Formats: sequence, structure tokens, C-alpha cells
Amino acid sequence: MLKNRYIIVLFAFMLLVLSACGKSETNDAAAKEKKVEPKAAPTEMILATTTSTQDSGLLDVLIPMFEKQNNVKVKTIAVGTGQALEMGTKGEADALLVHAPAAEKAVVDAGDAINYKRVMYNDFILVGPKENPAGVSGDDIAAAFKKLAVAKATFVSRGDDSGTNKKELGIWALDNIKPEGNWYVSTGQGMGQTLQVAAEKKGYVLTDRATWLAQEKNLDTLKIVVEGGKDLMNIYHVMQVNPEKHDKINSKDAEKFVEIMVDPKTQDVIENFGKKDYGQSLFYKYTE
Amino acid sequence: MELLIDGLKKAFEMIFSGDPEVFEITWLTLKVCLISILFSTLLGLPLGILLGLTRFRGRKLLLLFINMGMGLPPVVAGLWITMFLWRSGPLGGWSLLYSPTAIVMAQVLVSLPIIISLTCSAFQQINDKMLLQIKALGATKWQTLVILVKQSKIAILAAVMAGFGRVIAEVGAAMMVGGNIQGDTRILTTSIVMEVSKGNFDIALALSFILLTVALLITAILTFLQQRKRFS
Repeated sequence: MLKNRYIIVLFAFMLLVLSACGKSETNDAAAKEKKVEPKAAPTEMILATTTSTQDSGLLDVLIPMFEKQNNVKVKTIAVGTGQALEMGTKGEADALLVHAPAAEKAVVDAGDAINYKRVMYNDFILVGPKENPAGVSGDDIAAAFKKLAVAKATFVSRGDDSGTNKKELGIWALDNIKPEGNWYVSTGQGMGQTLQVAAEKKGYVLTDRATWLAQEKNLDTLKIVVEGGKDLMNIYHVMQVNPEKHDKINSKDAEKFVEIMVDPKTQDVIENFGKKDYGQSLFYKYTE
Repeated sequence: MELLIDGLKKAFEMIFSGDPEVFEITWLTLKVCLISILFSTLLGLPLGILLGLTRFRGRKLLLLFINMGMGLPPVVAGLWITMFLWRSGPLGGWSLLYSPTAIVMAQVLVSLPIIISLTCSAFQQINDKMLLQIKALGATKWQTLVILVKQSKIAILAAVMAGFGRVIAEVGAAMMVGGNIQGDTRILTTSIVMEVSKGNFDIALALSFILLTVALLITAILTFLQQRKRFS
């Protein structure tokens, strides 16, 4: 009697597990459009990209398009640009979509990345507390940074070797300033979290416009203080990992991915993205 | 406070609107966690029983390592597994990185020591006199085992619950070896981290309520099994 009940519960458990496996398969089958012809198993491609392209939602639009057209399953790994480039150098990814031109150049020159194409741009902005105690404004970001350093105003940095972090450090370098001290807060985290920290501490932070627009509603102690200016341009490039340097690279799909990213139709999709929700483009076309 | 209520409201919305993505994430979480704990239990119980009932040279040292394993930070386990599963790593040929299998591997790695260690403690505590008595009554080795397992049911299920708790809470390793890929390796815990970083606190709270409910249900089943009065 007792044993039977034990066994029944155990059975139920196992059925749960097995049906869970079955269920997700039928979900997948239902989610794909009704395909009458049996298709070949999709190939897999690893795309290393930045958190800004994923958090903005742009990839949620572009990747499914690409997957359907080419029968490929894309594993999108969103990490900081530094880590993405490192993954490319080690051959752990097939294609890269990142935004740190100086660092990218080093990787291309070393022969680790090929088929290097410019894709899109948006801009960085400096946001700060609504009271703006340091009184920065205008479009000269280097001058603004200098003012902040002199005033020792709380500045919150990504500190994670991401594209945004590299941009920020580049601007400090323009001023020949090495930022350190209690006023310089390094979070080591993504843009969203870094913005939260800045909102809490009422500090200044460099962010890309797309993440700002998406999170503005949660950051009511902050506002844009510096924008425009050529030093604030945020340029994205796409590239393939060099298949000759590592084995197991899926260069066929990676090449197609690069082609599609610079294709005029995709470029239109990119520029239209976000217009509905934010009244402006989050990314602008920028092929060569 | 209103954030909590918003989160609760959002949770009900997401469940009752039949949001497919929420179901997908929840199913995947259940699948991965249940498979992990099943493997851990199937591997860990026999090993724990063996360790608890037998004595051999080096047993204490082995036990030391297993006990250390209980405190193994999941993110460290994730890092080591990532290095093994990299294309350039020893298991790279299997292409397991960024798949649910990799998450299961990480979860088994952190929950196995818990199950082995707690089971071992339970069996090591069994009174020697009882073992002698069972032997005196003429039980075979197999019969002895069955009796001892029934005796230690409470401790064994506690071990399984501890292992399950560890596994359902997994986030660092799951992020690293799974990659939080939509439809593939995005589970409740990694989704919560992602929604927080996107600033969607209400969604994050809603997902956390769902996660707590899932954990509660499974733990309730296990606790019920554990606390049931024996028939005689």
C-alpha cells in the first residue's frame, strides 16, 4: 500500500520531467510557421555582441529575421565589447557586433577578425543629476569631463571594458586626466545597472542614448546634460572571426550575417527601430 | 511597497494572459532543475550510502573534499565548466556551451556534493547495534539496504531538498555557461537579472514571484513525502 503510493509519486515526478521535454518540443513546433516541407537541421552560429544592442531590443528584431532566412540558429551572447572581442580572438564566437573602433582595429590588424564592415551609429550622452551641481552643458564632452574632475563631482563609470567604458576612458585620455578618487565610482556592471547606481548616488554617467531612452522612466533624478559633438559618436561594426586561425568556426553563416547587416533592407529596419516607441531612431544607418 | 503590489499584479497578468515567453522560461527552468536534481540524486544517493556505511583508507580525505564541494560557489563551477566546454577546451567538440545541457552540468556539479555529504552523515549515524540486529535477523545485503533507506527517509529527503534549493537558485553559472539565450537557455533566474538590468523592475518582481511559487510547489511535494507517517 505504502510502497505503491511512493512509486506513484515517483512516477508522477518522472512523467512531469518527460512531459516537460515533450511540451517544449511541441511549443517549438507550434512557434515555427507551418512548414510543410521537412527542412534540414539548422546550423548554429555564435554571435558575440554588446549589452547595448541586446537591451535596446534591436537584436530581438534582427536575429529572428536572419534565422528564418538562412535556417540557422543564432546563439546571441551579450557581454561587454571587451569580452566579445576576446571571444573573437580565441575563436569562441563566429561573428561579432561591437562598438569600440580603436579596440576593434587592433583585433582586425592582428588578423583575428575579417570582413570588417561598419553598420550603424547612435550617440553617447552625458546624463547627470537634475540639479546639475557641476554646471556642465553644451556639446563639448571633453570640457565637461574636465569640469567634473575639477569639481570632483560624483562620476559613475561602467568599469567593465565595454564599448561605453572604452569611450569614457578615451575622453578622459583626451583631457590627460586619470580619473581616480572617491568621486569616481566604478560599478563593473552593465549600462542599466550603472544608470541605477548613478540615479541613486545623483552622479554623472556616460550612456548610450538607446539605453537612456529605454530606462528614462525609472531614472527620475537624472537628465541629459551634454549631447551632440563629434566625440560622442557611437559607431557599431560587424565582423567575422577569422576561420583560418581556429577550427570549428562557422564562417558560412557568419559571412551571411555580415552581408545581411549591411544590406539596404536591414539598414531600413535598423533605422526604423524604436521610432514608434520613442519617437526617434535608436540606431542610424551607417554603411561605408 | 507599491512596487511589490505592481510586481504581484504583473505576475498574475503574465500567467493568466498566457504569455508564451513566460511559460517557455518557466518550463525550461522546471526541466533543467528537475533533470539536475534527478541526476544528482541518482548519482549522489548511492555514493553517499557507500561513503556512510563503508570504511576505507582515505575515506576522511574524500569526505573532506565532498564537504568542501558543498560550499563551492556556483559561479566558480560555471567558470570551470565554461573553460572545459570552450571550442578550444577539452570538451569543445561536443558544442555544449550555451545549451541547457551545460546548465544541467553546472547544477549537478554544485548539488551533488550536498546530496552525497548529507546522505553520508545520515547513514554514518545509524546505530551499529541496528546493523547487527538486521544481520542477526538474516537479511541479505540488498534487504539491509532497503530497510536502512526507509529508516533514513527523512534525512535523505532533506538532502534532496537542500540540493534542489541550490539548483533552483542557480544564476551565476547558468548565465555563464548558458548565455541567457532566448528560447534556449533563458531561465527564470537569468531572466530576473536581465529584466533588472533593463530597468523593468515590475517584470523582475513578477518573475521572482513565479520562481518562488515553483520552488514552493516542488519543496511542498518533497516535504509532504518526507513527513508522511510510516505505515507501521
